[in-house]
Amino acid sequence: MNTQHTDQSGARRATVTTPADNQILITREFAAPRHLVYRASTEPALIRRWYHANRAEFRSIEVDLRVGGAWRYEMTAHNGFEFSFHGEYREIVPDEHVVSTEIYSGVPDAEAINSLTLTEKDGRTFMEILVTHQSKEYRDAHLASGMEDGMQDALDLLESLARSL
Amino acid sequence: MARAATTTDAFNAVAEPRRREILDALAGAELSVNDLVERLGVAQPVVSKHLRVLREVGLVRVREDGRQRIYALEPGPLRAVYDWVRGYERLWTERFELLDTVLEQLQADTGDDENEGEAP
Repeated sequence: MNTQHTDQSGARRATVTTPADNQILITREFAAPRHLVYRASTEPALIRRWYHANRAEFRSIEVDLRVGGAWRYEMTAHNGFEFSFHGEYREIVPDEHVVSTEIYSGVPDAEAINSLTLTEKDGRTFMEILVTHQSKEYRDAHLASGMEDGMQDALDLLESLARSL
Repeated sequence: MARAATTTDAFNAVAEPRRREILDALAGAELSVNDLVERLGVAQPVVSKHLRVLREVGLVRVREDGRQRIYALEPGPLRAVYDWVRGYERLWTERFELLDTVLEQLQADTGDDENEGEAP
């Protein structure tokens, strides 16, 4: 039991960096124990409540959380644009680590690998999501499309690069 | 490791660590090639090669000062890198704020056996 979470809660903002020319690293701290962050990241009913980022509605979600199992999120953005993400789980260490592939419906040839790592300290969880693209060309192609369109569309396209759990 | 041979934009240019070092150095002051060689501790042809790439994408400009060529940072093209990363950050920040809400509710629901991390 501790009361220091208020002091540390300033570190809530997500940071996004590009450690390599085909990678994106997203990090964030959460004021919750690791097994709860893991649940929220892997249970469909919980994923539905946050992954849309207030930009889209889920049409359906499938999560077969085992190595070789498939996942699929189907969404409709608020501007009516329909898109989906799908992939396969490659590695699963409950409460700690999930590696999965991700394919965005808009660019079906490009497969990214998403590596989620959770570590816990003093009841807080540090989340790290490393997205590795097959090439920087895919990244730049998405970027180019996104920058020609409005912010809403750009973010839809950015979703294609981003992946989650 | 596979890297595009041609460098056409700021993203390619800053993917190379040495070029980021050069930009960092030029962010503080205008420098000649020799200054950069000294600061980075790399051979002059290497520095020149990187400077050429940076100039092609518009990240540095050069002026003649007597016999010396003086390089300066031209940060404009970095805007594209910044905007791109910021778009992600906004998306993920919003997602994670929603995730915070979900986690708070989970902790409240399981409060009896999940006291860790909560005020007494």
